[in-house]
Amino acid sequence: MTLTLNIFTIVAVSAGSFFFMAGTIGLLRFPDTMTRLHALTKVDNLGLGLIVFGLLPRAEGPLGALKLLCIWVFVQLSGAIVSQLVAQLARRDGQQR
Amino acid sequence: MTPPFILEIAFVILILAIAVGTLVARAAFTAVLLFMIYGLLIAIAWVRLSAVDVALTEAAIGGGLTGMLLLGAVARLRESEGSGEEPGLPTLLAAGTLCVLVSAALGTLVLSRPEVAPSLAPMVMDNLAQSALGNPVAAVLFVFRAFDTLLEKVVLLLALIGVWSLAPDRAWGGVPGLRLYAEPSSILVFLAQLLPPIGIMIGIYMFWTGASYPGGAFQGGTVLAAMWLLVMIARLQPVPAISLRRIRLLLVVGPVIFVAIGLLGFVVADAFLAYPADYAKPLIITAEATLTLSIGVTLGLLVAGPPDRIPQP
Amino acid sequence: MANFLFGAAGFVLAMVALGLLCVLRGPSDTDRMLSAQLIGSGGVAVLLLVATVTENASIVDVALMLALLAVFAAVAFLRDASSAQIKPPNVADRA
Repeated sequence: MTLTLNIFTIVAVSAGSFFFMAGTIGLLRFPDTMTRLHALTKVDNLGLGLIVFGLLPRAEGPLGALKLLCIWVFVQLSGAIVSQLVAQLARRDGQQR
Repeated sequence: MTPPFILEIAFVILILAIAVGTLVARAAFTAVLLFMIYGLLIAIAWVRLSAVDVALTEAAIGGGLTGMLLLGAVARLRESEGSGEEPGLPTLLAAGTLCVLVSAALGTLVLSRPEVAPSLAPMVMDNLAQSALGNPVAAVLFVFRAFDTLLEKVVLLLALIGVWSLAPDRAWGGVPGLRLYAEPSSILVFLAQLLPPIGIMIGIYMFWTGASYPGGAFQGGTVLAAMWLLVMIARLQPVPAISLRRIRLLLVVGPVIFVAIGLLGFVVADAFLAYPADYAKPLIITAEATLTLSIGVTLGLLVAGPPDRIPQP
Repeated sequence: MANFLFGAAGFVLAMVALGLLCVLRGPSDTDRMLSAQLIGSGGVAVLLLVATVTENASIVDVALMLALLAVFAAVAFLRDASSAQIKPPNVADRA
């Protein structure tokens, strides 16, 4: 049982780190603010999400696991809203140029 | 050279690189952004040094409030004209010599530490049970060195009065010149309506858990200040004039209650800021609760800045 | 397992460091803001990993605080990056 959980943690955290790498590379290599935003949201959703899922088996009790999930949902939500704000700004600046 | 050690070295190099970047950044906006990121990484460093209370405070203040404060300063600098002259060679030499001297002194001090650092931590842990609190930091703040904490809160108020004294005469007692969004978009308004309830809950949780786990009044108060500022810059609440009675009341309720509890100590427990054995925890929690509120309002007003206009009647 | 989680934390930190390059390069201020967002999420991930390795649940609180203040900082920074911002009135007669 613990072996399965350990493998699950390793796989999930590795996948999450992969998405972190993808997001960072996207941030550096994409040509445009809008496309960079797209890369960023992958980090928030999938990168952090997979890491949180991987850490769930090792959390302290159901309350600890709930806290981890709440942090993930919170980061996702705030990331989405901030992305919208940044996109509005980028579009307005693009139109003014 | 275990993996964690290599990690720590890399982390330190990263922090130093960001510090250098902050100094050499061309635009003030970039410098403030890098400073904020620096604060964030220092918070992670504090966690690594097992100082979670300090990490909480660093994340809150360095990560959010200081950044906003510095941005306000940058905006004011942009609007005012400086003297426009470059510092001359003697000034540069004097500044350079002073920096080298201070760095050398700090380096000598750090490198010549005694083998066993003198520390009162074992004494704190021995007497922790008497303080009715589980968090040693809270015990030091509110039981063993409560007088220092009281003075710190008064110092915060003095800092606020100092900021207010920067107001021009005609705006004395007016509305702080906090820069707001010109036309808050509907998404911003949504965020400013969604986030504060969550933030207030987190702030109260931070204060409440500070009795037994890392946290405390200051961290909770900072979160409350950040939420209040968010609501103000999204124009959901007007920036209050500093002469309003309720603002002044909220500012002083924390220190006043703390002093009152201290004076009560004369009556029931023989010394200023001593607590009676059975009622220690409720008294401390009361003091912390009112302090959280006052710290929130004080920090919010500190970031809002000096008043610069009279409210329209 | 502990070494692996530490390694993952180090990897995420390395990604965060790479993201800092965008702060230096990014053609506009909004791009720099984006890398700050990346660093915020990366910081939360690193703290959660460290919290799990050291089994210290209060570090999760630091991650929560970081997430909250990162949003607040983003809003504060966007106020300045936006080209249409309100200037405090009476700025002309600041004597």
